[in-house]
Amino acid sequence: MDLSAINPVLLIASLMVAATPILLAAIGELVVEKAGVLNLGVEGMMIVGAISGFAITVESGSPWLGFLASAIGGALLSLLFVVLTQVALANQVASGLALTLFGLGLSSLMGQSYVGIKPPQMGKLDIPVLTDLPVIGPILFGHDPILYLGIALTAAVWALLKYTRVGLVLRAVGENHDAAHALGYKVVRIRIMAIMFGGACAGLGGAYISLIRVPQWTEGMTAGVGWIALALVVFASWKPWRALLGAYLFGGVTVVQLNLQAAGVAIPVEYLAMSPYLITIFVLVLLSRDKSGAPASLGRIFHATH
Amino acid sequence: MIVLEKRPQPSQTWSMATPVVAVLATMFFGGVLFAALGKNPVEAIMTIFWEPLFGEFSFYYRPQLLIKGAPLVLIAIGLSLGFRAGIWNIGAEGQYIMGAIVGAGVGLAFYPLEAWYIFPLMVIGGAFGGWIWAMIPAILKVRFGTNEILVSLMLVYVAEQMLASVSLGLLKNPEGYGFPGSRNLQSWDSAHNAELFAGSGMHWGVVTALIAVIFAYVLLNRHMLGFHIRLTGEAPRAAKFAGVNPARLILFCLGASGVLAGLAGMFEVAGPAGQITIDFNVGYGFTAIIVAFLGRLHPVGIVLAGGVMALTYIGGDIAQSNLGLPSAAIQVFQGMLLFFLLALDLLTNYRIRLASKEVA
Repeated sequence: MDLSAINPVLLIASLMVAATPILLAAIGELVVEKAGVLNLGVEGMMIVGAISGFAITVESGSPWLGFLASAIGGALLSLLFVVLTQVALANQVASGLALTLFGLGLSSLMGQSYVGIKPPQMGKLDIPVLTDLPVIGPILFGHDPILYLGIALTAAVWALLKYTRVGLVLRAVGENHDAAHALGYKVVRIRIMAIMFGGACAGLGGAYISLIRVPQWTEGMTAGVGWIALALVVFASWKPWRALLGAYLFGGVTVVQLNLQAAGVAIPVEYLAMSPYLITIFVLVLLSRDKSGAPASLGRIFHATH
Repeated sequence: MIVLEKRPQPSQTWSMATPVVAVLATMFFGGVLFAALGKNPVEAIMTIFWEPLFGEFSFYYRPQLLIKGAPLVLIAIGLSLGFRAGIWNIGAEGQYIMGAIVGAGVGLAFYPLEAWYIFPLMVIGGAFGGWIWAMIPAILKVRFGTNEILVSLMLVYVAEQMLASVSLGLLKNPEGYGFPGSRNLQSWDSAHNAELFAGSGMHWGVVTALIAVIFAYVLLNRHMLGFHIRLTGEAPRAAKFAGVNPARLILFCLGASGVLAGLAGMFEVAGPAGQITIDFNVGYGFTAIIVAFLGRLHPVGIVLAGGVMALTYIGGDIAQSNLGLPSAAIQVFQGMLLFFLLALDLLTNYRIRLASKEVA
């Protein structure tokens, strides 16, 4: 066992990379839940985003187009959830599960001819002086653009929810859809837009795994990250900055266990690999006493009687 | 303008008809999907739904229907109890794995002894493994109010790692030339979950599934606990006033589904699968969610739905070898089925009316 082989600077830098897919998916789901909708299909939208982004990147040679395609792919899949829950008024838990099961199948069907290919890489941010700084250079200025997009998105969602009229209406719809409807807000329309935003974010998160984090396509490669993102929204009490904190915490756990595996610690690999899931459960238990942050209409079906 | 009008009572007719319509719609759109993949849609659908039942080799495939259907029905019966009460155990896959590990582990502890009591002990072990794994989300929910959906699902990934761990370590066959995986239980009479009648596909898992169906039917229709389950799902507020104990209900529903999923895993590992391997689980725990909904959470419906889903598995395998249809296409097909079912459920609870736009 050689723990000195673990470089703390690289550890923090790779922690940020590991956290980004969780963060992107969680920020999207946070907006969806703030609008009063519980979409358990995050895992399905992520994996469809992962393969859409991967396929378009390989075909076009441009990771930027790939990421765009992943957002569109995730949003398109979330439209199915829209049809089920907002048009057909189906149970949101069952519909979310359906989305995940369908997405897992669809992605492996789409990805058959992409197994074992290496995608073109997205360039990293390289600011001449700043990136070369010791320690803070690689941590703050040495990443790919999507990682910064994740952080920017967190800030944008925070500002939107806290300071804008749109955010206020969104929260009103999530807290009490009947009252919001009575005030003349289009509950269903607002929720549809929130769900599609969530789908696009989950798609981006998925593509981040297949294009940057791994980068390769394998079936079922999201391996529960979508579910961890769902747990993260609860962990964050529906607050964007706490989602960022939580994502880095989970990213940290993932990276540390991978580093320990590589360093050959005496703990068997399987036990290290299950640690992120166990820690998710542990954190859920710690935080589930306080449910005050949950939107009051979360998961309830809205049907306007005229 | 189309207006949805909530029915005072869910429509009985539509409740029975939606699964059938959903299957037909899935056949149609599945056909479109297969055509898009460059296969003859009629041939593909026929291969999936006709070939296993009435085709040339149906003598081989018909028993498979019981073998694939039994674990699906067994797990779905358990899940349906919770789903009815709004308790969402979606980690049946994990409970299935743990049942298989504990069941096989109990058996292998006696190897190579031949005794009548080994198999019953394995059954108890399997039930216990599934039960204990389901008790984790149950107790956390009762004690701390933790979301059972997320906890039970996280435990699936933990169980998969456990499976990898025991097939490489604890339960690894010492005479297996270093290959991962346990001893094969099929070649050890005391532990083998053999067919009860040769060539019928009927093994102890099928028998247990049928018993579970009868028990669930009696429980839901003739027993106070079953009434409480239905009441909690349909009118949570009324259930509170009626003095239903939610903690007891959570422990029972999750426990029962854990036991049944664990049993399914144990019967599978001792019978059709034969041994614990890294890729032992094939997603029955997740497909059973579709079975439960397709069967309208009703015991008899679940038996029929289990048959339909087993058919798509078997037919999918045939289509894969005969037509080169990718196995992922069958997964999409199964997912589609759940979509249509949930969407069509609108007709059960709402009436669709054409109305002229009212003037306010």
